Amino acid sequence: MIMQEELFLPLPKEEAPERVMRPSTTYWQDAWRRLRQNRGAMAGLVVIVLICLFAIVGPYLSPYSYSDQSLIRANRPPSKANPLGTDNLGRDIATRLMYGARISLAIGVFASLINLTIGVVYGGIAGFFGGRVDNVMMRVVDILYGIPSLLYIILLMVVLGPGFGNILIAIGLTEWLSMARIVRGQILSMREQDFALAARCLGASRWRILFRHLIPNSVGPIIVTATLTIPQAIFLEAFLSFIGLGVSAPMASWGVLASDGLAGIRSYPWQLLAPAIAISVTMLAFNFLGDGLRDALDPRLRS
Amino acid sequence: MLLVLWVIATVTFILMNIIPGGPFASEKPLPEAVKRNIEARYRLNDPLWKRYVDYMWNLIRWDLGPSFKYEGRTVNDIINSGFPVSAILGVTAVALALLLGIPAGVLAALKQNKWPDTLAMLAATVGVSVPSFIMATFLMYIFAYKLRWFPAALWGRPSQVVLPALALAGFPAAFFARLTRASMLEVLSEDFIRTAHAKGLSTTAVIVRHALKCALIPIFTYLGPLLAQIMTGSFVIEKIFAIPGLGQHYVTSIYNRDYTVILGVTVFYSILLVTLNFLVDLGYILLDPRIKLTEPSS
Amino acid sequence: MQKRLACLVLALVLIVGGIAGAERAAEQIIRFNIGAEPETLDPAKSTGVPEARIELNVFEGLTRLDENDMPQPAIAESWEISEDGLRYVFHLRKSQWSNGDPVTAHDFEYAWKRALAPETASQYAYQLFYIKNGEAYNAGEITDPSLVGVRALDDYTLEVELEAPTAYFLSLAAFPTLMPVNRKVVEADPEGWFLKPETYVGNGPFKVTKWVHNSYLELEKNPLYWDADSVILDKLVATTIESEDTELVMFETGQLDITNTVSRPEIPRLEREGLLKVIPNLGTYYYIFNCEVEPLNDPRVRKALSMAIDREAITEYVTRAGEIPAFAFVPPGIPDAEPGKDFREVGGDLIEENVEKAKALLAEAGYPDGKGFPTLNILYNTMDMHKAIAEVIQEFWKKNLNIDVRLMNQEWGVYLNSRDEGDFEIARAGWIGDYVDPMTFMDMHVKDGGNNDSNWSDPEHDRLIQLAKSSNDPAVRMQAMHEAEAILMDQLPVMPIYYYVEAFLEKDYVKDVIYSSLGFIDFKYAWVAKH
Repeated sequence: MIMQEELFLPLPKEEAPERVMRPSTTYWQDAWRRLRQNRGAMAGLVVIVLICLFAIVGPYLSPYSYSDQSLIRANRPPSKANPLGTDNLGRDIATRLMYGARISLAIGVFASLINLTIGVVYGGIAGFFGGRVDNVMMRVVDILYGIPSLLYIILLMVVLGPGFGNILIAIGLTEWLSMARIVRGQILSMREQDFALAARCLGASRWRILFRHLIPNSVGPIIVTATLTIPQAIFLEAFLSFIGLGVSAPMASWGVLASDGLAGIRSYPWQLLAPAIAISVTMLAFNFLGDGLRDALDPRLRS
Repeated sequence: MLLVLWVIATVTFILMNIIPGGPFASEKPLPEAVKRNIEARYRLNDPLWKRYVDYMWNLIRWDLGPSFKYEGRTVNDIINSGFPVSAILGVTAVALALLLGIPAGVLAALKQNKWPDTLAMLAATVGVSVPSFIMATFLMYIFAYKLRWFPAALWGRPSQVVLPALALAGFPAAFFARLTRASMLEVLSEDFIRTAHAKGLSTTAVIVRHALKCALIPIFTYLGPLLAQIMTGSFVIEKIFAIPGLGQHYVTSIYNRDYTVILGVTVFYSILLVTLNFLVDLGYILLDPRIKLTEPSS
Repeated sequence: MQKRLACLVLALVLIVGGIAGAERAAEQIIRFNIGAEPETLDPAKSTGVPEARIELNVFEGLTRLDENDMPQPAIAESWEISEDGLRYVFHLRKSQWSNGDPVTAHDFEYAWKRALAPETASQYAYQLFYIKNGEAYNAGEITDPSLVGVRALDDYTLEVELEAPTAYFLSLAAFPTLMPVNRKVVEADPEGWFLKPETYVGNGPFKVTKWVHNSYLELEKNPLYWDADSVILDKLVATTIESEDTELVMFETGQLDITNTVSRPEIPRLEREGLLKVIPNLGTYYYIFNCEVEPLNDPRVRKALSMAIDREAITEYVTRAGEIPAFAFVPPGIPDAEPGKDFREVGGDLIEENVEKAKALLAEAGYPDGKGFPTLNILYNTMDMHKAIAEVIQEFWKKNLNIDVRLMNQEWGVYLNSRDEGDFEIARAGWIGDYVDPMTFMDMHVKDGGNNDSNWSDPEHDRLIQLAKSSNDPAVRMQAMHEAEAILMDQLPVMPIYYYVEAFLEKDYVKDVIYSSLGFIDFKYAWVAKH
């Protein structure tokens, strides 16, 4: 049968085309909406805000500074004057915790961000492109895993000296490796799945498939790994302090406070418990928030 | 793979030679003559490139050289005596972590937002927040000091494996639990699971045969580096429990600037790491029939 | 009257009985911790305390230190010293190696020359530099070992010639570096003879029967030791645990009888329980001022800094193990010229603490009330204790002088390098004596000395040290060193903080272990009471 153009009649143009009556919600708007509905996540967020307030405002309310010593009042258990007790030089642990929070939170969040950017993108690209690209990129990760980090940390310390920015560099160098591997594994398993195929058939660009389809679908392990980075980074910082790359004493981060407190676990348990509980509570809050984020961001759980 | 090892060995060689300090530095500086004799004996006064070439040549023959710090002991000897100890401890710890972590994660995913979930995740959060050195001190305090169920330290009897293995397993177990839960939740909502249910398979069969298999991918990925790391020993745990493993050498050799030991253990660890990662890649294909390691068909 | 006498006798019997009543336990084993894996057990090459703690019980030198650190005859039964103090002749007793070979003067000659030989590359070769031509042989300036001043005249007579009179040579003779080794065994496997119990042949009260690297060593009584009858212990277990926490748990759960050290926060409790043992240690903890750096090049500034800290507060609240605040450089425990007098007692305190004076001195130097004083760094190697001390000192200077200092910690290797290169302003330091004589503390401050990190020098001070070194008259030597120390403490290139002590735990049933102020432990006469 021969189709003739004359046989097709164009429909008359409608004056008022169909309109979307409700404002369309973007991916992020939707995610935020769902996050707000998640009670656990909001509780986590509130706790995080409180901890941030504790870190930022707290020191102004405390009668002590992080370095105020009083040797005769060393190692006192919690009391009215010192709600969390005092340390080996009679300094107020609560106040030191507030200052420490500034360092540790900043480092934890920074490490997570590094993970979420470098780690996710790196792993995503390796897994998505596969083949030789993947091989080369993963071998680079192997090399970075293989070289003892202590060596370049010492080198960094010698070259740059102690300082907050240098801690961030050291953490940035080391903290994204496991994330890259995990994301790559996820992408490998997903790139051949139907939804990726569908996206490709619809003509989506490679980058779009990777960033709009594959990565959002691996958000679960990504969030778990990212939240996990926080305590790891906090203790890595304590280790950096040990090498001499950390913040100078008498300022102390949570990690350093915990390591210092460990020595007196029998006689002065509060010196360990205070920073340990602070770290755990922070972690709990970030985990709840993370789980909420995961539920909110995972496209498969969208309703 | 050999290229990777070569790069690691070379970079490590360069790094350790540019950081300040030397194997024989001490708070009491040595007289010049004594220093010269030592440098001659350990060939530290050879030019750097010569030491590098010599080292690489010996490395090919798996002769890792003598330790600078521990008189009369070779690096091969240190690895041969330390690795089995660390490996036993490490494998025990990983097995413990898998046995604790995966079931907890599956349970949590199946009972999402109910009390078993909350409880398991609370424990897991504490598990990842508490680093192994605090965990170790804590375990020792409770089980060796207060309850006296286990010896505090040293190595040789099965009872001496328990505390260090537990301390080592804490973090990976918690991480496994969280990872399993997260990926289980994702897998459970996928079509093929629904299909499996529709086919009338029992819930257990669906979970074990279909869901868990896919959910294990992130764990499997993590297992490569974890095994390499944990089998070659943990510095902190071996120090705290006085275990004659390989792990303490990674850190102490760097503090001691014991050059041959630094290189030897680094290369050994890297071989293990690269091999395990390779096995993980192979394992992917077995775990998930959809995975191909080649470039995607497009 | 008779009754009273009877009572007295009874009391006496009870007392004597009480002493004898501390009966020996059936199991004569002591478990002690040496705190680190021995780097070597070759006495010629070892440098550290953990190694010495094993070697001292496996070998015996010409002399052995008693509980007062005085040298007593050991393998040498007797000796003669020449008028000028340069020639020693030792008469050896007939004794055996643990493999049955006789211990002869040739073994000593061989051992000492071996320690000095350049190819041995011993770090502690300088312990033998007192011997004639010892240093020259070690430096390769002479190659003929027969020129070195040690000679076996026959199997049981050893002749030693010294470079200069060395008052403490008999003490040195008890040191690991000067212990004999069995030539046959050593030459069969020069690199590894000390690693295997079968070839680790000694001549001391014990022998090693097992060495599990990075874990523990086992020693058993050596039945061939010449004085084996005095040895009561059957076995020693030496663990190499580094963690203070771990050794404390093991001690408190009965798995360890003597610890290597003690965790500071636990000291008050352990002291109350009577388990803490504190012995003086020949060492000084101090800060070095880099005298080339403004404003530390001004002695008034150094003096002001030194006057503005409270050393007693530091030892009482920070170090806590009974350390002694240091008001001079040479620690107590070293005999002076006059018998029975202590060098420190004779010298007295040489510096004072006085905040008002410190302020005045600082103002005089151009920094009234700390105005214009640059922010200096205190450098220390990473350790909780060093950090705490630096924090306290920082606070003292802030409070008393209104000056700010920053704290900077470095990893050990990097820290040593910074000190060596003079890349610091104020640095923490510690010095442990090598032998019981003030010289081990005094000769480190001479111009261009290898251990003089302060870049300070003073010709008069150097002249006095040289005088002390070349004299054989104890009175002259000690006087010169007192004067040199006075100059040092007036100029203060180094700021003494406290004298070290060694604090550790010992079970009450452990008896008669000899602890030396040099860190050695001697188990020759030790035993375990019933418990």
